[in-house]
Amino acid sequence: MELSFYLVQLLNAIQYGFLLFLVASGLTLLFGIMGIINLAHGSFYMIGAYLAYWLTDVTGNLWLGILLGLPIALLVGYLVERFAISFLYQRDHLYQVLLTFALILIFNELQQILWGTDVHGVAIPAILAGSIPLTENQSYPIYRLFISAVCIALACGMSWVIQKTRLGMMIRAGASNREMVQSLGINVNRLFALVFSLGVALAAFAGMLAAPVDSVYPGMGENVLIISFVVVVIGGTGSIKGAFVGAMLIGLVSTFGKVLLPEMASVMAYALMAVILLWRPQGLFGRAR
Amino acid sequence: MPQQPVPILEARQLHTYYGASHILHGISLSIKPGETLSLMGRNGMGKTTLLRSLLGLTPPRRGTVKVYGRDMTGAPPQKIVRQGIAFVPEDRGIFPNLTVRENLVMAARPGPNGRKDWDLTRVLETFPRLAQRINNMGNHLSGGEQQMLTVGRALMTNPDLLILDEATEGLAPLIRKEIWSVVRKIKQSGIAAILVDKDLKALLELADRNIIISKGRIVYEGSSEELAAHPEIHARHLGV
Ligand SMILES: Nc1ncnc2c1ncn2[C@@H]1O[C@H](COP(=O)(O)OP(=O)(O)OP(=O)(O)O)[C@@H](O)[C@H]1O
Ligand SMILES: [Mg+2]
Repeated sequence: MELSFYLVQLLNAIQYGFLLFLVASGLTLLFGIMGIINLAHGSFYMIGAYLAYWLTDVTGNLWLGILLGLPIALLVGYLVERFAISFLYQRDHLYQVLLTFALILIFNELQQILWGTDVHGVAIPAILAGSIPLTENQSYPIYRLFISAVCIALACGMSWVIQKTRLGMMIRAGASNREMVQSLGINVNRLFALVFSLGVALAAFAGMLAAPVDSVYPGMGENVLIISFVVVVIGGTGSIKGAFVGAMLIGLVSTFGKVLLPEMASVMAYALMAVILLWRPQGLFGRAR
Repeated sequence: MPQQPVPILEARQLHTYYGASHILHGISLSIKPGETLSLMGRNGMGKTTLLRSLLGLTPPRRGTVKVYGRDMTGAPPQKIVRQGIAFVPEDRGIFPNLTVRENLVMAARPGPNGRKDWDLTRVLETFPRLAQRINNMGNHLSGGEQQMLTVGRALMTNPDLLILDEATEGLAPLIRKEIWSVVRKIKQSGIAAILVDKDLKALLELADRNIIISKGRIVYEGSSEELAAHPEIHARHLGV
Protein backbone atom coordinates (compact mmCIF):
# COMPACT_ATOMS: atom_id res chain seq x y z
CA MET A 1 0.00 0.00 0.00
CA GLU A 2 1.18 3.46 -0.76
CA LEU A 3 1.92 6.35 1.50
CA SER A 4 -1.15 8.36 0.48
CA PHE A 5 -3.34 5.53 1.73
CA TYR A 6 -1.82 5.92 5.18
CA LEU A 7 -2.20 9.66 4.93
CA VAL A 8 -5.91 9.25 4.30
CA GLN A 9 -6.20 6.90 7.26
CA LEU A 10 -4.28 9.33 9.44
CA LEU A 11 -6.59 12.19 8.48
CA ASN A 12 -9.59 9.99 9.17
CA ALA A 13 -8.17 9.05 12.55
CA ILE A 14 -7.63 12.68 13.47
CA GLN A 15 -11.08 13.69 12.33
CA TYR A 16 -12.68 10.85 14.32
CA GLY A 17 -10.52 11.78 17.30
CA PHE A 18 -11.72 15.36 17.16
CA LEU A 19 -15.36 14.36 17.14
CA LEU A 20 -14.74 12.07 20.08
CA PHE A 21 -13.01 14.92 21.83
CA LEU A 22 -16.10 17.13 21.58
CA VAL A 23 -18.16 14.48 23.32
CA ALA A 24 -15.52 13.33 25.79
CA SER A 25 -14.47 16.83 26.86
CA GLY A 26 -18.00 17.55 28.02
CA LEU A 27 -18.18 14.22 29.78
CA THR A 28 -14.89 14.74 31.59
CA LEU A 29 -15.77 18.34 32.53
CA LEU A 30 -19.10 17.32 34.00
CA PHE A 31 -17.36 14.68 36.05
CA GLY A 32 -14.34 16.73 37.04
CA ILE A 33 -16.19 19.93 37.85
CA MET A 34 -19.62 18.86 38.92
CA GLY A 35 -18.94 15.29 40.03
CA ILE A 36 -21.63 14.05 37.68
CA ILE A 37 -21.48 10.77 35.79
CA ASN A 38 -23.67 11.44 32.80
CA LEU A 39 -24.60 8.29 30.92
CA ALA A 40 -26.98 10.34 28.80
CA HIS A 41 -24.13 12.22 27.18
CA GLY A 42 -24.20 9.94 24.14
CA SER A 43 -27.90 10.63 23.79
CA PHE A 44 -27.09 14.29 23.25
CA TYR A 45 -24.78 13.30 20.42
CA MET A 46 -27.66 11.30 18.93
CA ILE A 47 -30.08 14.18 19.45
CA GLY A 48 -27.64 16.44 17.62
CA ALA A 49 -27.42 14.04 14.69
CA TYR A 50 -31.20 13.68 14.45
CA LEU A 51 -31.71 17.44 14.76
CA ALA A 52 -29.25 17.94 11.92
CA TYR A 53 -31.06 15.33 9.82
CA TRP A 54 -34.52 16.69 10.58
CA LEU A 55 -33.76 20.41 10.32
CA THR A 56 -31.69 19.94 7.18
CA ASP A 57 -34.63 18.10 5.72
CA VAL A 58 -36.99 20.91 6.68
CA THR A 59 -34.80 23.85 5.69
CA GLY A 60 -32.91 22.15 2.88
CA ASN A 61 -29.62 23.39 4.28
CA LEU A 62 -27.22 21.81 6.80
CA TRP A 63 -25.95 25.20 7.99
CA LEU A 64 -29.45 26.39 8.79
CA GLY A 65 -30.11 23.02 10.39
CA ILE A 66 -27.10 23.42 12.69
CA LEU A 67 -27.94 27.04 13.41
CA LEU A 68 -31.47 26.09 14.50
CA GLY A 69 -30.40 22.87 16.16
CA LEU A 70 -27.81 24.36 18.51
CA PRO A 71 -30.20 26.51 20.54
CA ILE A 72 -32.55 23.53 20.79
CA ALA A 73 -29.68 21.41 22.11
CA LEU A 74 -28.73 24.12 24.61
CA LEU A 75 -32.32 24.29 25.77
CA VAL A 76 -32.56 20.51 26.15
CA GLY A 77 -29.34 20.60 28.19
CA TYR A 78 -30.63 23.39 30.38
CA LEU A 79 -33.94 21.65 31.05
CA VAL A 80 -32.29 18.32 31.82
CA GLU A 81 -29.92 20.06 34.25
CA ARG A 82 -32.66 22.02 36.01
CA PHE A 83 -35.23 19.26 36.27
CA ALA A 84 -33.04 16.19 36.73
CA ILE A 85 -29.29 16.54 37.20
CA SER A 86 -29.41 19.45 39.65
CA PHE A 87 -31.04 17.23 42.25
CA LEU A 88 -28.12 14.83 42.19
CA TYR A 89 -25.03 16.95 42.87
CA GLN A 90 -24.81 15.97 46.50
CA ARG A 91 -25.88 12.39 45.90
CA ASP A 92 -24.00 9.17 45.41
CA HIS A 93 -22.85 8.28 41.89
CA LEU A 94 -25.28 5.37 41.86
CA TYR A 95 -28.24 7.77 41.76
CA GLN A 96 -26.64 9.64 38.88
CA VAL A 97 -26.04 6.43 36.95
CA LEU A 98 -29.63 5.32 37.48
CA LEU A 99 -31.14 8.66 36.53
CA THR A 100 -28.99 9.25 33.48
CA PHE A 101 -29.57 5.67 32.32
CA ALA A 102 -33.29 6.38 32.54
CA LEU A 103 -32.67 9.46 30.42
CA ILE A 104 -31.07 7.29 27.73
CA LEU A 105 -34.21 5.15 27.58
CA ILE A 106 -36.44 8.20 27.46
CA PHE A 107 -34.43 9.87 24.71
CA ASN A 108 -34.31 6.66 22.65
CA GLU A 109 -38.05 6.31 22.97
CA LEU A 110 -38.59 9.92 21.97
CA GLN A 111 -36.26 9.47 19.02
CA GLN A 112 -38.31 6.50 17.79
CA ILE A 113 -41.58 8.35 18.24
CA LEU A 114 -40.34 11.46 16.46
CA TRP A 115 -38.17 10.01 13.73
CA GLY A 116 -38.85 6.29 13.53
CA THR A 117 -36.33 3.47 13.30
CA ASP A 118 -35.03 3.97 9.76
CA VAL A 119 -31.42 4.79 9.09
CA HIS A 120 -31.03 8.26 7.60
CA GLY A 121 -28.32 10.11 5.78
CA VAL A 122 -27.58 13.81 5.55
CA ALA A 123 -26.21 15.36 2.38
CA ILE A 124 -22.89 17.15 2.52
CA PRO A 125 -23.42 20.84 1.70
CA ALA A 126 -22.55 21.62 -1.90
CA ILE A 127 -19.57 23.91 -1.26
CA LEU A 128 -17.83 21.24 0.80
CA ALA A 129 -18.91 18.28 -1.28
CA GLY A 130 -15.73 17.85 -3.27
CA SER A 131 -12.55 15.90 -2.63
CA ILE A 132 -8.93 16.85 -2.74
CA PRO A 133 -7.02 14.44 -4.99
CA LEU A 134 -3.93 12.98 -3.36
CA THR A 135 -2.81 10.52 -6.04
CA GLU A 136 -4.45 9.03 -9.08
CA ASN A 137 -6.85 6.87 -7.14
CA GLN A 138 -6.69 8.42 -3.65
CA SER A 139 -8.52 11.56 -2.64
CA TYR A 140 -9.75 13.09 0.58
CA PRO A 141 -13.22 14.57 1.17
CA ILE A 142 -13.15 18.29 1.90
CA TYR A 143 -15.99 17.92 4.41
CA ARG A 144 -13.84 15.74 6.65
CA LEU A 145 -11.10 18.35 6.65
CA PHE A 146 -13.77 20.89 7.51
CA ILE A 147 -14.82 18.81 10.54
CA SER A 148 -11.24 18.75 11.79
CA ALA A 149 -10.81 22.48 11.26
CA VAL A 150 -14.00 23.31 13.15
CA CYS A 151 -12.98 21.04 15.99
CA ILE A 152 -9.54 22.64 16.22
CA ALA A 153 -11.19 26.05 16.45
CA LEU A 154 -13.59 24.79 19.11
CA ALA A 155 -10.86 23.13 21.14
CA CYS A 156 -8.83 26.37 21.10
CA GLY A 157 -11.90 28.38 22.02
CA MET A 158 -12.72 26.04 24.87
CA SER A 159 -9.22 26.11 26.25
CA TRP A 160 -9.22 29.90 26.01
CA VAL A 161 -12.50 30.16 27.93
CA ILE A 162 -11.33 27.81 30.64
CA GLN A 163 -7.81 29.13 31.02
CA LYS A 164 -8.18 32.84 30.36
CA THR A 165 -11.66 34.14 31.13
CA ARG A 166 -13.25 34.90 34.47
CA LEU A 167 -15.97 32.42 33.62
CA GLY A 168 -13.27 29.76 33.25
CA MET A 169 -11.69 30.77 36.56
CA MET A 170 -15.05 30.49 38.28
CA ILE A 171 -15.62 27.07 36.73
CA ARG A 172 -12.23 25.81 37.88
CA ALA A 173 -12.76 27.35 41.31
CA GLY A 174 -16.17 25.68 41.53
CA ALA A 175 -14.53 22.36 40.84
CA SER A 176 -12.23 22.71 43.83
CA ASN A 177 -14.42 24.46 46.42
CA ARG A 178 -18.04 25.03 45.63
CA GLU A 179 -18.95 26.61 48.93
CA MET A 180 -16.16 29.18 48.72
CA VAL A 181 -17.31 30.22 45.26
CA GLN A 182 -20.78 30.79 46.69
CA SER A 183 -19.33 32.74 49.60
CA LEU A 184 -17.76 35.09 47.09
CA GLY A 185 -21.21 35.94 45.74
CA ILE A 186 -21.26 33.70 42.69
CA ASN A 187 -24.36 31.70 41.89
CA VAL A 188 -22.90 28.22 41.58
CA ASN A 189 -26.18 26.67 40.51
CA ARG A 190 -26.39 28.97 37.55
CA LEU A 191 -22.73 28.39 36.77
CA PHE A 192 -23.20 24.62 36.76
CA ALA A 193 -26.35 24.83 34.67
CA LEU A 194 -24.35 26.79 32.13
CA VAL A 195 -21.47 24.30 32.12
CA PHE A 196 -23.89 21.41 31.71
CA SER A 197 -25.75 23.09 28.86
CA LEU A 198 -22.49 23.88 27.09
CA GLY A 199 -21.34 20.28 27.50
CA VAL A 200 -24.61 19.10 26.01
CA ALA A 201 -24.32 21.57 23.15
CA LEU A 202 -20.80 20.33 22.38
CA ALA A 203 -21.94 16.72 22.24
CA ALA A 204 -24.92 17.64 20.09
CA PHE A 205 -22.72 19.72 17.81
CA ALA A 206 -20.41 16.74 17.34
CA GLY A 207 -23.45 14.70 16.31
CA MET A 208 -24.50 17.41 13.85
CA LEU A 209 -21.06 17.61 12.27
CA ALA A 210 -20.81 13.85 12.03
CA ALA A 211 -24.28 13.36 10.51
CA PRO A 212 -23.15 13.83 6.88
CA VAL A 213 -20.20 11.41 7.16
CA ASP A 214 -21.81 8.74 9.34
CA SER A 215 -25.40 7.72 9.07
CA VAL A 216 -28.06 8.71 11.55
CA TYR A 217 -29.53 5.66 13.26
CA PRO A 218 -31.19 4.51 16.48
CA GLY A 219 -28.72 3.57 19.21
CA MET A 220 -25.89 5.67 17.79
CA GLY A 221 -25.65 7.50 21.11
CA GLU A 222 -24.67 4.41 23.07
CA ASN A 223 -21.77 3.57 20.76
CA VAL A 224 -20.39 7.05 21.18
CA LEU A 225 -21.01 7.03 24.91
CA ILE A 226 -19.02 3.90 25.53
CA ILE A 227 -16.04 4.91 23.47
CA SER A 228 -16.15 8.40 25.03
CA PHE A 229 -15.95 6.88 28.48
CA VAL A 230 -12.90 4.97 27.30
CA VAL A 231 -11.40 8.29 26.19
CA VAL A 232 -12.17 9.93 29.54
CA VAL A 233 -10.68 7.06 31.50
CA ILE A 234 -7.55 6.95 29.35
CA GLY A 235 -7.04 10.71 29.61
CA GLY A 236 -7.79 10.91 33.32
CA THR A 237 -11.16 12.07 34.61
CA GLY A 238 -11.57 15.83 34.76
CA SER A 239 -8.67 16.63 32.45
CA ILE A 240 -9.49 18.40 29.17
CA LYS A 241 -5.96 17.83 27.95
CA GLY A 242 -6.36 14.17 28.83
CA ALA A 243 -9.62 14.01 26.88
CA PHE A 244 -7.83 15.45 23.87
CA VAL A 245 -4.90 13.04 23.95
CA GLY A 246 -7.22 10.13 24.76
CA ALA A 247 -9.52 10.99 21.87
CA MET A 248 -6.61 11.18 19.42
CA LEU A 249 -5.20 7.85 20.66
CA ILE A 250 -8.57 6.16 20.28
CA GLY A 251 -9.00 7.78 16.87
CA LEU A 252 -5.67 6.39 15.73
CA VAL A 253 -6.09 2.94 17.27
CA SER A 254 -9.58 2.34 15.95
CA THR A 255 -8.89 3.68 12.47
CA PHE A 256 -5.61 1.88 11.95
CA GLY A 257 -6.90 -1.15 13.82
CA LYS A 258 -9.63 -1.55 11.20
CA VAL A 259 -7.06 -1.41 8.40
CA LEU A 260 -4.16 -3.33 9.82
CA LEU A 261 -5.78 -5.85 12.15
CA PRO A 262 -9.40 -6.06 11.03
CA GLU A 263 -10.18 -9.18 13.06
CA MET A 264 -8.96 -7.44 16.25
CA ALA A 265 -10.38 -3.99 15.51
CA SER A 266 -13.28 -4.03 17.92
CA VAL A 267 -11.16 -4.82 20.96
CA MET A 268 -8.20 -2.57 20.21
CA ALA A 269 -9.57 0.50 22.00
CA TYR A 270 -10.29 -1.49 25.14
CA ALA A 271 -6.91 -3.20 25.03
CA LEU A 272 -5.28 0.22 24.84
CA MET A 273 -7.32 1.35 27.81
CA ALA A 274 -6.29 -1.71 29.81
CA VAL A 275 -2.60 -1.17 29.04
CA ILE A 276 -2.74 2.51 29.97
CA LEU A 277 -4.60 1.84 33.19
CA LEU A 278 -2.10 -0.83 34.22
CA TRP A 279 0.64 1.71 33.68
CA ARG A 280 -1.16 4.76 35.08
CA PRO A 281 -4.31 3.86 37.01
CA GLN A 282 -5.39 7.52 37.20
CA GLY A 283 -5.19 7.91 33.41
CA LEU A 284 -2.63 9.87 31.41
CA PHE A 285 -3.39 13.30 32.84
CA GLY A 286 -5.49 12.39 35.85
CA ARG A 287 -4.52 13.37 39.36
CA ALA A 288 -3.62 10.42 41.55
CA ARG A 289 -6.00 10.06 44.46
CA MET B 1 -32.24 61.94 69.47
CA PRO B 2 -29.73 61.10 66.73
CA GLN B 3 -31.08 58.81 64.06
CA GLN B 4 -29.78 55.25 64.28
CA PRO B 5 -28.19 54.05 61.04
CA VAL B 6 -29.67 50.87 59.59
CA PRO B 7 -27.45 47.98 60.71
CA ILE B 8 -25.54 46.22 57.94
CA LEU B 9 -26.31 42.91 59.51
CA GLU B 10 -28.83 42.08 62.16
CA ALA B 11 -29.56 38.64 63.57
CA ARG B 12 -32.39 37.81 65.95
CA GLN B 13 -32.71 34.72 68.10
CA LEU B 14 -30.70 32.36 65.92
CA HIS B 15 -30.99 28.66 66.63
CA THR B 16 -28.69 26.54 64.50
CA TYR B 17 -28.28 22.79 64.44
CA TYR B 18 -25.92 20.26 62.90
CA GLY B 19 -28.30 17.35 62.45
CA ALA B 20 -29.66 16.76 65.94
CA SER B 21 -27.02 18.78 67.81
CA HIS B 22 -28.32 22.15 68.86
CA ILE B 23 -25.34 24.51 68.54
CA LEU B 24 -26.64 28.09 68.70
CA HIS B 25 -29.22 28.84 71.38
CA GLY B 26 -30.88 32.11 70.47
CA ILE B 27 -28.08 34.46 69.48
CA SER B 28 -28.92 38.04 68.55
CA LEU B 29 -26.45 40.60 67.30
CA SER B 30 -26.21 43.56 64.98
CA ILE B 31 -23.41 45.54 63.43
CA LYS B 32 -23.56 49.12 62.22
CA PRO B 33 -21.73 50.55 59.22
CA GLY B 34 -18.08 51.14 60.00
CA GLU B 35 -18.21 49.30 63.31
CA THR B 36 -15.64 46.69 64.33
CA LEU B 37 -17.01 43.83 66.37
CA SER B 38 -14.97 41.08 67.93
CA LEU B 39 -16.36 37.64 68.57
CA MET B 40 -14.57 35.55 71.16
CA GLY B 41 -15.06 32.27 72.89
CA ARG B 42 -13.25 29.04 73.58
CA ASN B 43 -12.86 26.26 71.03
CA GLY B 44 -16.07 24.68 69.89
CA MET B 45 -18.35 27.34 71.43
CA GLY B 46 -20.06 28.13 68.13
CA LYS B 47 -18.23 31.14 66.66
CA THR B 48 -17.79 29.62 63.22
CA THR B 49 -21.31 28.25 63.32
CA LEU B 50 -22.62 31.74 64.07
CA LEU B 51 -20.77 33.21 61.09
CA ARG B 52 -22.03 30.41 58.84
CA SER B 53 -25.57 31.05 60.05
CA LEU B 54 -25.30 34.75 59.29
CA LEU B 55 -24.04 34.01 55.78
CA GLY B 56 -26.60 31.34 54.94
CA LEU B 57 -23.95 28.62 54.66
CA THR B 58 -25.54 26.76 57.57
CA PRO B 59 -28.99 28.34 57.70
CA PRO B 60 -30.45 28.74 61.18
CA ARG B 61 -33.45 26.57 61.94
CA ARG B 62 -35.13 29.43 63.82
CA GLY B 63 -34.53 33.15 63.99
CA THR B 64 -34.05 35.87 61.39
CA VAL B 65 -31.13 37.43 59.55
CA LYS B 66 -31.50 40.88 58.04
CA VAL B 67 -29.03 42.70 55.80
CA TYR B 68 -29.55 46.47 55.63
CA GLY B 69 -33.01 45.87 57.06
CA ARG B 70 -33.99 43.35 54.39
CA ASP B 71 -35.01 39.90 55.53
CA MET B 72 -32.45 37.41 54.22
CA THR B 73 -33.38 34.43 56.37
CA GLY B 74 -32.97 31.27 54.35
CA ALA B 75 -31.50 33.08 51.33
CA PRO B 76 -28.58 31.39 49.58
CA PRO B 77 -25.09 32.63 50.55
CA GLN B 78 -24.41 34.38 47.25
CA LYS B 79 -27.52 36.56 47.71
CA ILE B 80 -26.54 37.48 51.25
CA VAL B 81 -22.92 38.37 50.51
CA ARG B 82 -23.89 40.36 47.43
CA GLN B 83 -25.45 42.94 49.75
CA GLY B 84 -21.89 43.92 50.65
CA ILE B 85 -20.40 41.22 52.85
CA ALA B 86 -17.10 39.40 52.38
CA PHE B 87 -16.13 36.24 54.24
CA VAL B 88 -12.68 34.92 55.05
CA PRO B 89 -13.29 31.41 56.35
CA GLU B 90 -11.25 29.55 58.94
CA ASP B 91 -9.74 27.21 56.33
CA ARG B 92 -9.07 30.21 54.04
CA GLY B 93 -10.74 28.58 51.05
CA ILE B 94 -7.91 29.33 48.61
CA PHE B 95 -8.50 27.72 45.21
CA PRO B 96 -5.43 25.51 44.88
CA ASN B 97 -5.83 25.07 41.13
CA LEU B 98 -5.93 28.80 40.41
CA THR B 99 -3.01 31.22 40.43
CA VAL B 100 -2.80 34.08 42.90
CA ARG B 101 -3.95 36.46 40.18
CA GLU B 102 -6.85 34.21 39.23
CA ASN B 103 -7.89 33.77 42.87
CA LEU B 104 -8.15 37.55 43.09
CA VAL B 105 -9.60 38.34 39.68
CA MET B 106 -12.36 35.74 39.78
CA ALA B 107 -13.83 37.40 42.87
CA ALA B 108 -13.74 41.00 41.63
CA ARG B 109 -16.99 42.92 41.73
CA PRO B 110 -18.15 46.43 42.60
CA GLY B 111 -19.61 47.03 46.03
CA PRO B 112 -23.35 47.19 46.73
CA ASN B 113 -23.61 50.83 45.66
CA GLY B 114 -21.24 50.51 42.73
CA ARG B 115 -18.11 51.43 44.70
CA LYS B 116 -14.86 50.25 43.14
CA ASP B 117 -12.36 51.23 45.82
CA TRP B 118 -10.54 47.90 45.70
CA ASP B 119 -9.08 46.39 42.58
CA LEU B 120 -6.14 44.17 41.75
CA THR B 121 -3.65 47.04 41.88
CA ARG B 122 -4.71 48.21 45.31
CA VAL B 123 -4.79 44.69 46.75
CA LEU B 124 -1.27 44.06 45.46
CA GLU B 125 -0.10 47.36 46.95
CA THR B 126 -1.59 46.34 50.25
CA PHE B 127 0.03 42.88 50.11
CA PRO B 128 3.31 43.30 48.20
CA ARG B 129 4.15 39.64 48.86
CA LEU B 130 1.19 38.60 46.71
CA ALA B 131 2.56 40.68 43.87
CA GLN B 132 5.77 38.66 44.02
CA ARG B 133 3.84 35.41 43.85
CA ILE B 134 1.24 36.54 41.37
CA ASN B 135 1.62 33.59 39.01
CA ASN B 136 2.04 30.89 41.66
CA MET B 137 -0.73 28.39 42.17
CA GLY B 138 -2.81 28.78 45.32
CA ASN B 139 -1.44 25.58 46.83
CA HIS B 140 2.16 26.70 46.43
CA LEU B 141 1.83 29.49 48.99
CA SER B 142 2.90 29.57 52.61
CA GLY B 143 0.20 29.80 55.29
CA GLY B 144 0.81 33.52 55.69
CA GLU B 145 0.64 34.16 51.97
CA GLN B 146 -2.57 32.16 51.75
CA GLN B 147 -4.05 34.26 54.51
CA MET B 148 -3.10 37.45 52.71
CA LEU B 149 -4.60 36.08 49.53
CA THR B 150 -7.90 35.20 51.18
CA VAL B 151 -8.14 38.67 52.75
CA GLY B 152 -7.14 40.29 49.45
CA ARG B 153 -9.72 38.23 47.61
CA ALA B 154 -12.40 39.33 50.09
CA LEU B 155 -11.46 42.97 49.47
CA MET B 156 -11.81 42.47 45.71
CA THR B 157 -15.58 42.25 46.32
CA ASN B 158 -15.58 45.83 47.73
CA PRO B 159 -17.47 44.90 50.89
CA ASP B 160 -19.12 47.12 53.47
CA LEU B 161 -18.54 44.38 56.04
CA LEU B 162 -15.58 42.03 56.25
CA ILE B 163 -15.89 38.86 58.31
CA LEU B 164 -12.63 37.22 59.37
CA ASP B 165 -12.66 33.80 61.02
CA GLU B 166 -9.36 33.10 62.79
CA ALA B 167 -7.30 35.10 60.34
CA THR B 168 -4.09 34.88 62.35
CA GLU B 169 -4.31 31.34 63.66
CA GLY B 170 -1.14 29.32 63.22
CA LEU B 171 0.85 32.16 61.68
CA ALA B 172 4.29 33.42 62.66
CA PRO B 173 4.29 36.56 64.88
CA LEU B 174 5.61 38.81 62.12
CA ILE B 175 2.95 37.70 59.67
CA ARG B 176 0.26 38.14 62.33
CA LYS B 177 1.45 41.68 62.84
CA GLU B 178 1.23 42.32 59.13
CA ILE B 179 -2.32 40.93 58.94
CA TRP B 180 -3.46 43.01 61.90
CA SER B 181 -1.96 46.14 60.45
CA VAL B 182 -3.90 45.55 57.23
CA VAL B 183 -7.07 44.97 59.26
CA ARG B 184 -6.42 48.29 61.00
CA LYS B 185 -6.12 50.04 57.63
CA ILE B 186 -9.33 48.38 56.46
CA LYS B 187 -11.07 49.60 59.60
CA GLN B 188 -9.75 53.12 59.06
CA SER B 189 -11.09 53.10 55.52
CA GLY B 190 -14.57 52.76 57.00
CA ILE B 191 -15.28 49.08 56.31
CA ALA B 192 -17.10 47.34 59.15
CA ALA B 193 -15.64 44.07 60.44
CA ILE B 194 -16.51 41.04 62.50
CA LEU B 195 -13.29 39.56 63.85
CA VAL B 196 -13.12 36.08 65.30
CA ASP B 197 -9.73 35.39 66.83
CA LYS B 198 -7.85 34.10 69.85
CA ASP B 199 -5.51 37.12 69.94
CA LEU B 200 -7.21 39.03 72.74
CA LYS B 201 -4.70 41.88 72.76
CA ALA B 202 -5.14 42.64 69.06
CA LEU B 203 -8.93 42.37 69.29
CA LEU B 204 -9.15 44.74 72.27
CA GLU B 205 -7.10 47.27 70.36
CA LEU B 206 -9.17 47.04 67.16
CA ALA B 207 -12.73 46.34 68.27
CA ASP B 208 -15.37 48.92 69.17
CA ARG B 209 -17.47 46.24 70.78
CA ASN B 210 -16.76 42.70 71.94
CA ILE B 211 -19.00 39.70 72.18
CA ILE B 212 -18.11 36.51 74.01
CA ILE B 213 -20.06 33.37 73.31
CA SER B 214 -20.10 30.20 75.30
CA LYS B 215 -21.98 27.03 74.38
CA GLY B 216 -23.97 28.85 71.74
CA ARG B 217 -25.10 31.77 73.92
CA ILE B 218 -23.84 35.32 74.27
CA VAL B 219 -22.40 35.58 77.77
CA TYR B 220 -20.76 38.98 77.55
CA GLU B 221 -21.03 42.09 75.44
CA GLY B 222 -19.11 45.30 76.04
CA SER B 223 -16.62 47.88 74.89
CA SER B 224 -12.92 47.17 74.73
CA GLU B 225 -12.17 49.48 77.67
CA GLU B 226 -14.66 47.63 79.80
CA LEU B 227 -13.48 44.17 78.79
CA ALA B 228 -9.84 45.17 79.32
CA ALA B 229 -10.68 46.29 82.82
CA HIS B 230 -12.20 42.92 83.78
CA PRO B 231 -9.58 40.17 83.61
CA GLU B 232 -11.91 37.83 85.52
CA ILE B 233 -14.17 37.71 82.44
CA HIS B 234 -11.22 36.55 80.32
CA ALA B 235 -10.45 33.89 82.86
CA ARG B 236 -14.02 32.63 83.05
CA HIS B 237 -14.97 32.62 79.35
CA LEU B 238 -11.75 32.63 77.40
CA GLY B 239 -9.41 30.69 79.62
CA VAL B 240 -6.62 33.23 79.42
N1 LIG C 1 -20.24 20.06 60.43
C1 LIG C 1 -20.48 19.81 61.73
N2 LIG C 1 -21.25 18.76 62.08
C2 LIG C 1 -21.50 18.51 63.39
N3 LIG C 1 -21.05 19.24 64.41
C3 LIG C 1 -20.28 20.31 64.12
C4 LIG C 1 -19.95 20.64 62.76
N4 LIG C 1 -19.17 21.74 62.78
C5 LIG C 1 -19.02 22.07 64.08
N5 LIG C 1 -19.68 21.22 64.89
C6 LIG C 1 -19.78 21.31 66.35
O1 LIG C 1 -20.41 22.51 66.65
C7 LIG C 1 -19.82 23.13 67.79
C8 LIG C 1 -19.43 24.54 67.45
O2 LIG C 1 -18.40 24.50 66.47
P1 LIG C 1 -17.78 25.81 65.84
O3 LIG C 1 -16.89 25.39 64.76
O4 LIG C 1 -18.87 26.76 65.53
O5 LIG C 1 -16.95 26.35 67.05
P2 LIG C 1 -15.88 27.52 67.10
O6 LIG C 1 -16.30 28.39 68.24
O7 LIG C 1 -15.73 28.15 65.78
O8 LIG C 1 -14.56 26.74 67.50
P3 LIG C 1 -13.05 26.97 67.07
O9 LIG C 1 -12.51 28.03 67.98
O10 LIG C 1 -12.41 25.66 67.33
O11 LIG C 1 -13.02 27.36 65.64
C9 LIG C 1 -18.67 22.24 68.18
O12 LIG C 1 -19.06 21.46 69.27
C10 LIG C 1 -18.41 21.40 66.99
O13 LIG C 1 -17.95 20.12 67.38
MG1 LIG D 1 -14.22 28.24 64.42
